[in-house]
Amino acid sequence: MKISFIINGSTKSVEVSDGNAPLLWSIRDGLDLKGTKFGCGKAACGACTIHVDDMAVRSCSYPVKMAEGKKITTIEGLSQEGNLHPVQQAWKEEVVPQCGYCQPGFMMATAAMLKEIPNPTDQDIDDNIINVCRCATYYRMRKAIHRAAAINSKNL
Amino acid sequence: MASDLTKNKGLKRRKFLKYTGVGVGLMIGGVWLGRNPIRRKIFELAETMIAPYQGDVSDPLIWIQVTPENQIILHSSKVEMGQGSFTGLAQLAAEELEVDVEKIKVVHAETASGNIDGMGTGGSMSVATLWKPLREMAATMRLMLAKKAAEKLEVSIDDLAFANGVFSAKNRGITYGEIVDGVTDWEIPETPVLKKRSRFKHIGKPIVRVDLYDKVIGAPIFGIDASYSDMLFASVVRSRLVDATMSNYDTSVAENMPGVIKIVKEDDFISVIAKTQVEADNARHKITFDYTTNRSWNIADVEKEITVGNGRKTIIQKEGKSIEEIDEDGDIISLEFRSPIGAHAQMEPNGAVANYKDGKVEIKISTQVPKVTRDEVASALGLSKEDVNIVPTFLGGGFGRRLHTPNAIQAAKMSKAVGKPVKSFFDRKQEFQNDTFRPPTHHVMKAKISKDKKILGIEHQFASGDTLFNSALDPGVEQMMRADIGSIRGGAIIYDLLPHRTTYYHVDLPFATSFWRSLGLLANAFAIESFMDEIAINTNQDPIQLRLNSISNDNPYGERARKVIQACADKAKYTDQISNGKAMGFASTVDGGSPCAHVVEVSIEDDEIKVHKVTVAFDCGIAVNPDQVRAQIEGCVCMGISASMFEKMDLRDNKLYPINYGAYKMALMRHTPREIDIVLLEGADYPGPVGEPPMGPIGAAIGNAVRRLTGKRLTTLPLSLG
Ligand code: FES
Ligand code: FES
Repeated sequence: MKISFIINGSTKSVEVSDGNAPLLWSIRDGLDLKGTKFGCGKAACGACTIHVDDMAVRSCSYPVKMAEGKKITTIEGLSQEGNLHPVQQAWKEEVVPQCGYCQPGFMMATAAMLKEIPNPTDQDIDDNIINVCRCATYYRMRKAIHRAAAINSKNL
Repeated sequence: MASDLTKNKGLKRRKFLKYTGVGVGLMIGGVWLGRNPIRRKIFELAETMIAPYQGDVSDPLIWIQVTPENQIILHSSKVEMGQGSFTGLAQLAAEELEVDVEKIKVVHAETASGNIDGMGTGGSMSVATLWKPLREMAATMRLMLAKKAAEKLEVSIDDLAFANGVFSAKNRGITYGEIVDGVTDWEIPETPVLKKRSRFKHIGKPIVRVDLYDKVIGAPIFGIDASYSDMLFASVVRSRLVDATMSNYDTSVAENMPGVIKIVKEDDFISVIAKTQVEADNARHKITFDYTTNRSWNIADVEKEITVGNGRKTIIQKEGKSIEEIDEDGDIISLEFRSPIGAHAQMEPNGAVANYKDGKVEIKISTQVPKVTRDEVASALGLSKEDVNIVPTFLGGGFGRRLHTPNAIQAAKMSKAVGKPVKSFFDRKQEFQNDTFRPPTHHVMKAKISKDKKILGIEHQFASGDTLFNSALDPGVEQMMRADIGSIRGGAIIYDLLPHRTTYYHVDLPFATSFWRSLGLLANAFAIESFMDEIAINTNQDPIQLRLNSISNDNPYGERARKVIQACADKAKYTDQISNGKAMGFASTVDGGSPCAHVVEVSIEDDEIKVHKVTVAFDCGIAVNPDQVRAQIEGCVCMGISASMFEKMDLRDNKLYPINYGAYKMALMRHTPREIDIVLLEGADYPGPVGEPPMGPIGAAIGNAVRRLTGKRLTTLPLSLG
């Protein structure tokens, strides 16, 4: 079956034999956008986080057929016209990544949270950023999240 | 690019020269007039106590490539798994090449390039072991460039000036790229004298990671992102049970599933190859088979095995009598500690992408051991080593989980069987079930205290599963070392002014255990440093003073360890008084020659231990990149909190649990201390290990704080008030 959606601003279609297959694999292998990561396949780690209609979604547990006609953003589409998104900018300034594998998922989760909560408290961060980073870069991530909020408010 | 180096290797010399700059030296033997390698090793061992680098550091041309476009490419035999060594190594090279770090692109050396590291990446040894060799190669390379520059400018080398990456004389300048352009023949001169520390421009600076941008934009740099055109996907059947064999496979349903290309049946595994990952996994789930177990295993059986007194005994330290033999009057205090089976849970699962063609195979893989992978793939497929090329990628976490080679061997066999490139990865369940776990441990700590509170002796006995012999090390290591030095890490008592003894029992287990970041250190330090706190309480001493008074200057790291202990206590304003419901806990370790101390501030909220602040003092010698040393400390602290407070595997009816994140409890953002205060001491003029030593003190420090808060001594990891 053929599924069509708008991903990072362009309309794309993928061909799948099983509409219940995770959207993640269509993004990674079907469209060759490798920034969205596989971590667990059970919505338990957040490595595969993307935005579907501006909401953070764990794409490993999102049936591809549900993406029909939706607007999808992946880490590759987070930056606009070559400019890093404020979250990426903050991540860079705080030198957050170690191995880097979990980072796209965290940045996508953070970008979605900041739309809802532009100036999160530490408690908001604890409650909303629940992805897994095995390198345990949480300490710098927290700083980067606050910095991203500050960059955003300056831009306004 | 490494691929240029290797792909061109078989080409005729003229053609080869057209495509690469300095890399051509790879084909042309140079004359190395530098220090005798055997003497170098002995010298370095004596100087730093760090095992020397095991690979070719005599030929700068296999490490450093300058292109005619004036790009410098550092081919690293050490892999980047997050620890930041690409950046540290670039700093070492930049220092002697006299270029900015940003000018250097670091890539993984393919094994076919000839730049092969026998040891692999681990043990926090990358920057430490290459500290001198890489600077020597860079300095030699720069001298080679200078000589060629002088030739091209037709001046004597002494007349050359150098600024901003350009050699100049007689108002003419020449860049590195222009120097290498057209050069086919290099003579490797004697190693120049290296720069003094006082003249360092790049070493010691908090340069941003060289891989930062790629990791912020989500670039496809990991093994799981690798591909070949026309690639197929595999899903391999794995045993769910420990100590069991599988038989009577029925693949009839799987064969007819959508997308399935082939069922591969090898002697040692069965797999499905399909057009997509989802199709391969779906079909694999339809393969049925029978299990035969040798015996039943539950976690209690494992704990029974892992008990002091069982297994092969090795005496590690014998600086005094055993506690029972001490004649003086006194009380014996004794505590037993346990640590659980720990999972690596690195975010990128293990797997490989293999392309077998015409009797040769290339494998793209996240691995800590490219050389061993090459050698084992070659022997499993009956190929020569030259016909196997391992192309290392960035690792989505290592932590000791990528020292094993079955994924590469299986991918290669499947690619051969199906005649196309094959990608084969574990799913997360398989990753947990097939982990090479941190072995569980058991510790008996004893001390004898005289009536006047003198410590008459201290003894550490411990039992652990294997860490070393099961991993992909060269055969012969076990013979050579005899004892499992991995499990022993952190097991020896550093308090040499107290009579002390340490004995280790090596126990075999029915599932794979191996390296896990810092190996034995996490568990051993938990036992020893918790017990030291107990001795301090028992003898009415300040725990800091007790430690300071127990380490002599004969101990090679004694002075540095005492400074670290004092610095940490001072910075944290350590006190054993409870204030506002918070207590402090102290612990310190020396691992790989890098002393580290932690003070944690802990409270108990809703019956849960909460870590508010961690103060760390750390002496790794020269901090080549202080920002990344800090990043490693922060990572160790948070991963250490996770391992000490949350993580454990269970074994029920031969099945290991849990099998996914979430169920395998780990520290997340909300468990991360709000403050990590770091003091770096640089007590040596060389860089020591960084990425693991700061894991040592954390578990005991938290336990010691809880002891002060509650009066209760926690003796089991993960720590629980239970
Ligand atoms: S891979 Fe989707 S949440 Fe882990
Ligand atoms: S940076 Fe390695 S898992 Fe997060």
